[in-house]
Amino acid sequence: MTIMKTPVLALAVAALAAALAAPAHAQALTGTLKKVKESGTITFGHRDSSIPFSYYDDKQQVVGYAMDLCMRIVDAVKAELKMPGIQVKLNPVTSATRIPLMANGTTDLECGSTTNNLERQKQVAFTITHFVTATRYVAKKSSGIKTLADLKGKTVVSTSGTTNIKWLTEANAERHLGMNIIPAKDHAEAFLMVDTGRAVAFFMDDILLYGLVANAKNPGDWIIGAEAYTVEPYGIMLRRDDLAFKRVVDAAMTRIYKSGEINAIYDKWFLKPIPPKAVTLNVPMSAQFKRVIDNPTDSGDPAKYM
Amino acid sequence: MFAGFDWDVIWRSLPYLFREGMTFTLTLTALAMTLGVVFGTALAMMRLSAFKVLAAVAGAYVNLMRSVPLVLVIFWFYFLVPWIGGWLIGARQPIQVGAFMSSVVTFTLFEAAYYCEIMRAGIQSIPRGQVWAGYALGLNYRQTMAAIVLPQAFRNMLPVLLTQTIILFQDTSLVYVLSITDFLGAASKVAQRDGRLVEMYLFVAVVYFIISYLLSHQVRRLQTRLAVPGPA
Amino acid sequence: MSYTWNWGIFWQGAADASGTWLHYLLGGLAWTLATTLVAWVLALASGSVVGVARTLPAGWATRFGNAYVELFRNVPLLVQMFLWFFVLPELVPQALGDAIKQMPPPWAAYVPATLCLGFYTSARIAEQVRAGIASLPRGQRMAGTAMGLTLAQTYRHVLLPQAYRIILPPLTSEFLNIIKNSAVALTIGLLELTARARAMQEFTFQVFEAFTAATVLYILVNAVVVAGMRQIERRVAVPGLIGGSGPRTGH
Repeated sequence: MTIMKTPVLALAVAALAAALAAPAHAQALTGTLKKVKESGTITFGHRDSSIPFSYYDDKQQVVGYAMDLCMRIVDAVKAELKMPGIQVKLNPVTSATRIPLMANGTTDLECGSTTNNLERQKQVAFTITHFVTATRYVAKKSSGIKTLADLKGKTVVSTSGTTNIKWLTEANAERHLGMNIIPAKDHAEAFLMVDTGRAVAFFMDDILLYGLVANAKNPGDWIIGAEAYTVEPYGIMLRRDDLAFKRVVDAAMTRIYKSGEINAIYDKWFLKPIPPKAVTLNVPMSAQFKRVIDNPTDSGDPAKYM
Repeated sequence: MFAGFDWDVIWRSLPYLFREGMTFTLTLTALAMTLGVVFGTALAMMRLSAFKVLAAVAGAYVNLMRSVPLVLVIFWFYFLVPWIGGWLIGARQPIQVGAFMSSVVTFTLFEAAYYCEIMRAGIQSIPRGQVWAGYALGLNYRQTMAAIVLPQAFRNMLPVLLTQTIILFQDTSLVYVLSITDFLGAASKVAQRDGRLVEMYLFVAVVYFIISYLLSHQVRRLQTRLAVPGPA
Repeated sequence: MSYTWNWGIFWQGAADASGTWLHYLLGGLAWTLATTLVAWVLALASGSVVGVARTLPAGWATRFGNAYVELFRNVPLLVQMFLWFFVLPELVPQALGDAIKQMPPPWAAYVPATLCLGFYTSARIAEQVRAGIASLPRGQRMAGTAMGLTLAQTYRHVLLPQAYRIILPPLTSEFLNIIKNSAVALTIGLLELTARARAMQEFTFQVFEAFTAATVLYILVNAVVVAGMRQIERRVAVPGLIGGSGPRTGH
């Protein structure tokens, strides 16, 4: 990774030097900032059913924790560009389409539940981590599943394009579990596969599983596995090699954390009733995420969050 | 047999299904049809052109589009269109193309290959004497095409073009794979949120059936009315 | 363009450790073909029965045939796929529904996908068969009856052999369609060629390489089918007919 870091560092130094050398207004805008300035719009990639990060409420509006953070980021962009009238456009993405659609310019900010890892950083960039979760599975209580070994030879489901399905596929091969892994289009569809008996378990980030279970017809029927298999830091995605934009976004996130504003936003989505069914997830802030708030980081290395 | 089902969910989501979903589906169908027929006709004229290169390029395009599944084409274009757009206008960065525009481009380019083959058959069905008559009247190629050949070809092929459009209307449901809110996408969002798959998908099937059936019925009536008098 | 090309990706190990990415895609192609071929047999058989029914003198048979064709032709393939996969198991008695849903992998997706494609295509084949029989001169049917053949014998020995030979070109395009339509099965979790190209793209981020490979494989299959059918068409062409065919809709 040292080879990777050197040019990035050099670029960062160069950008910093440029930022110091010239007053902000005299700088020629580049990348996303230039695009937003010229078009007057900024496009969010949003999700269908990443509860409570980015999902449709009962009025079919897109809401969520990540959406709220993105709106705060847009406020910072408005201030930076001195353009109070910037319009937000919404573009639906799935786990499978979010990275290509960021790379090809369809979306400017991906406001969802995307794991930041070093492999993805070769394609896209991430701002400061906004949640830390872990891979677990959800299953029906009646299935009697207790451990990974109980799933040997069974059909399981995960969402296509996620780090979870990647981990699952690799673990399945490494440990010779012989599970049949079905890729689903989005989390709601995957959850439904288990609900309708098509699959025995759904492997996903545990926070998303809590959200799905809380909104299920009978939350009491479900059980989430005790063992956590991976650590997944979530980040809002940006385009790669766009340091000027990343600087604005990172600064906005850091300010939200340092000012304590994050507490209200976090409480709203994780500790209070949320749409569509006004259930409460009741997930207090983890120690891992508290450390991120104290020392904001955009690291894609899970070890940094342990 | 239908005990335990909640048919009311359809009634509750009706405004959303039609105002958002069906509007998207119908707008996409109408735009892709119009642009697809225009581009398809241009392709057909290229395929029939005396310039071998033009004919070969159009032929290759049509055969390519007709060999590849629409689902794959949808993925291709959703990821590729912004790059192509950027390249077309000479920008260094890919340009921003939203889900709707991208769908319009995809279906236009895909369906044009099918419209092309229909128009080609339509143009070929016009007796060559008509073209000669046009030239004899002093019209040039463009005028002959625009005033004599294409109107007749279009009229002859109208029922087939409309039948293809009904297929297009049904095919637009495949934007589901991109999580776009067309009619099926809207229904599946409600279905998945409320766990009401059976009710919603049956309802979607019924709506598509009624619309497609009525349209194809109209096309058949048109076909009998439009039939060119004289030898078939 | 900030895209990093890597054509060597196909020789790297796939995430499921079953071999290289190329193997992985070829495995997908095998599922595409397995789905297509079985669905095609089903479509040809039921499509022929329904197509013949629509030409029978009995009114009820014609009405049944027409209703069948309208039903399968006027609902989008994707919606039909969902009906077979999500809806049908909930409408049958629960024990049967559970049995359907708990079929061992990958049959739980393969069986509904094949049935769906088979019935969808059968409606289109039924239409071709009907048109093929209707295109024969009326004298053929009369000649059969005049020779003392029963209705069944007339169909078996006089009408159908000619009709199939006439409709061979449209049947070829229906066969090409069913190959392409099999990609819709990815929505119910069948890991056929398009699904695997998409999965490869997600694992490796090599979008364009993965889709290019799938596209090339589809074109190759297409070319093989077209060449094969040309051979058959030439061998069974009805002497004395011009052949050729009008424009056809569909994909």
